[in-house]
Amino acid sequence: MKLTLHVWRQAGPQDRGRMEMLQVDGITSDMSFLEMLDKANEDLIHDGKEPVAFDHDCREGICGTCSMVIDGVAHGPQEGTTTCQLHMRAFKDGDSIHIEPFRSRAFPVIKDLVVDRGSFDRIIAAGGYVSVNTGSAQDANNLPVRKKDADMAMDAAACIGCGACVASCPNGSAMLFVAAKMGHLAHLPQGQAERKERALSMVAQMDAEGFGACSNHYECEAVCPKEIPATFIGSMNREFLKSSLCPDS
Amino acid sequence: MAFQLDSKVPEGPLKEKWTNHRFNMKLVNPANKRKFKVLVVGSGLAGASAAASLAELGYHVECFCFQDSPRRAHSIAAQGGINAAKNYPNDGDSVWRLFYDTVKGGDYRAREANVYRLAEVANNIIDQCVAQGVPFAREYGGMLDNRSFGGAQVSRTFYARGQTGQQLLLGAYQALERQIGKGTVRMHVRSEMLDVVKKDGRAVGIISRDLVTGEMKRFSGDAVLLCTGGYGNVFYLSTNAMGSNVTAAYRAYKRGAGFANPCYTQIHPTCIPVSSEHQSKLTLMSESLRNDGRVWVPKQKDDQRAPNDIPEDERDYYLERRYPSFGNLVPRDVASRAAKERCDAGYGVGATGYAVFLDFAAAIERVGEDVIRARYGNLFQMYEKITGENPYKVPMRIYPASHYTMGGLWVDYNLMTTVPGLFALGEANFSDHGANRLGASALMQGLSDGYFVAPYTVGSYLAEEVPLDGSGAVATDDPAFDQVEQEVQGRIDRLLSVGGKKSVESFHKRLGQIVWDQCGMGRSREGLEQALRDIPKLREEFWKEVFVPGSAGEFNPEVEKAGRVADFLEFAEVLCEDALAREESCGGHFREEHQTPEGEALRDDEHFAHAAVWEYKGDDVRPELSKEQLTFENVKLTTRSYK
Repeated sequence: MKLTLHVWRQAGPQDRGRMEMLQVDGITSDMSFLEMLDKANEDLIHDGKEPVAFDHDCREGICGTCSMVIDGVAHGPQEGTTTCQLHMRAFKDGDSIHIEPFRSRAFPVIKDLVVDRGSFDRIIAAGGYVSVNTGSAQDANNLPVRKKDADMAMDAAACIGCGACVASCPNGSAMLFVAAKMGHLAHLPQGQAERKERALSMVAQMDAEGFGACSNHYECEAVCPKEIPATFIGSMNREFLKSSLCPDS
Repeated sequence: MAFQLDSKVPEGPLKEKWTNHRFNMKLVNPANKRKFKVLVVGSGLAGASAAASLAELGYHVECFCFQDSPRRAHSIAAQGGINAAKNYPNDGDSVWRLFYDTVKGGDYRAREANVYRLAEVANNIIDQCVAQGVPFAREYGGMLDNRSFGGAQVSRTFYARGQTGQQLLLGAYQALERQIGKGTVRMHVRSEMLDVVKKDGRAVGIISRDLVTGEMKRFSGDAVLLCTGGYGNVFYLSTNAMGSNVTAAYRAYKRGAGFANPCYTQIHPTCIPVSSEHQSKLTLMSESLRNDGRVWVPKQKDDQRAPNDIPEDERDYYLERRYPSFGNLVPRDVASRAAKERCDAGYGVGATGYAVFLDFAAAIERVGEDVIRARYGNLFQMYEKITGENPYKVPMRIYPASHYTMGGLWVDYNLMTTVPGLFALGEANFSDHGANRLGASALMQGLSDGYFVAPYTVGSYLAEEVPLDGSGAVATDDPAFDQVEQEVQGRIDRLLSVGGKKSVESFHKRLGQIVWDQCGMGRSREGLEQALRDIPKLREEFWKEVFVPGSAGEFNPEVEKAGRVADFLEFAEVLCEDALAREESCGGHFREEHQTPEGEALRDDEHFAHAAVWEYKGDDVRPELSKEQLTFENVKLTTRSYK
């Protein structure tokens, strides 16, 4: 199939950026979306031009590196799917496709479709962990965990940290990402000791990074490639409230 | 001068070696630890766990990754699980059995003492990960669940749905971020190590390129740990991430680190087959699927019927037929070769004829679709996204693909390479898997090296070899750094100035084809000699006709890729040299000249029970081979049989 791409081109953080039109031909339905872009880049290189910069790595939907807004939707039209797992059978011959980076105040553009998501790492560094030094663990089966809790923790822990939630939120809120990590650890006995401090410190960092607050648009849930439910945000609000009002009880 | 390979395996009975060694190693006083700086390159399971653990001990750590976050290293893609001999299922497992299975699974080409240590600390890994909050699968009573994997007859694999690697990596990543938050680790993301700096024979630092600005940066340290993964992308198509590369390990090799057993590459039996020439990578379907899936091909050649239209008695469940006791759970090398054998003989399925079926119909009938969904839901979903077919209704089509590399930098028992102060951990080293890695053992090894081995052995090196008064420190303005940086910069400038017409990618594809055809699942003298003629020609063409757009002083993924492919173009020769020199078949290395009448691998223990260690001797010069003889005092070398 033959496609018309409208791709965001931005030379660097200081550049204003613009949409650029590219034609790409010879695309087959079994190609992934990124393989389609590979083809477009091969053509650009062949013509001696600079290829479109985009982030990608594992190409199997788990590393969370790929990050594009496709026709206005983070990760594109297919539910529960990262950009790298989106295949061209979702498009048809003659389509025009608009491709933009994950935009947000807290995700500055580095080049073209590549953004800086270091703010996510800093939120984890602020408290998204259990403080247990190597070597100080007890036997793994000493602490039984209800299957239901373990499953719930795993549902939240499935987050790949891609940032689609932020890119799709009108407020640029990172609350689904933060809620997923908080929810993962709050559902396990190992996460209890630091539960309150974690809620306060992660939220403080989230605010400091310039992310907005949640106002219940549910766009994050709709685009999340791992389909993490927004109900975790509700739990996060309760965690935060309880920790703020009764830090010592 | 050939290498003097001292494995430094401690004296004493196997079971006491690691305990005794820990006692005998020198310690660094807690107050002195902060006087040392350790550079950790890579942030996968091995790198993140080592960086976090060393920082917890009090060392200054600088950690580097080429990705935009340490959480994205390719360990994250491991699906199936992690082994440990907890014996929770009460099915007769023990540290000794895990050790034995791993040595046997590696076709008796690993160092006994290392494998025993691995089996010994595996239980600590599970404890550590659970304490970090890794949400392993549990049973209704709240206890941890186990499943089976290839090459073992006990259930010892811990798992977190089909995302075990992700969850273990997030555990290590969170431990690492905790240290970054405390300021004990300085993290450098989007930063690629391009060379090792040595002074007086010792590793004293690295040169890295800031991938955002293109700036060269110098870092000095008292020890350098390479945790940079494997070289599976030498085949171009593999299950590795697009960025996975051999550069760090290959650069270390060119600076004097021995490269061991490069020909031990693992071709994983269950991957989604290649569908078109534009394919950029292959996707693994976890080995755990073979717990419930049955592998088959039609009994009739070129059978074009839909799989569900082929009656039971016209199907050849060739693994169950050839290996009745292990059946579909034979180790990876055996399963891959059996698939290739069927397809080469004309029984393959799918458009290309290079695929076999993995069928869940019997399991769905036995336990129901819901149970299968709970076990493998995410894998089935991933399969459907890529192929557009529903595996609950139609059997999966699978074919082997490059997945893991057992070979790597040679290390002694302390994980130190032949360059003092330069260590290699995880997939980057050669140490524990011999000629074939069993499923769920990669995660175990990466975390073992990072959490429980390197923190002791690196400390011992620092205590013994690096003066406390800082007189051993080499400043980054030392001429040693000037020279290496100039060389690295010169190479990038050369890549940019070729000004040809062909893309980097096109050369990588062609290299991959050569290596896959001649040094893939089946290898022969003739084919390898052909590859050794073709690779230098392709390399020459690369340096004359490649086109790298843009400049070095900016964010430029093509420059990154060009450097990596240039290294693969050199490294592929070492790989083929090793495959040619090893005149036997063992594990993932199958020389067609050396097989039994039934087509099984034929080892030659008399001549090849050694690790082959290659030494760089100059560009376009054949590397020199040294050998570390492997001695087996605790297991008897037998023909590996899964019949």
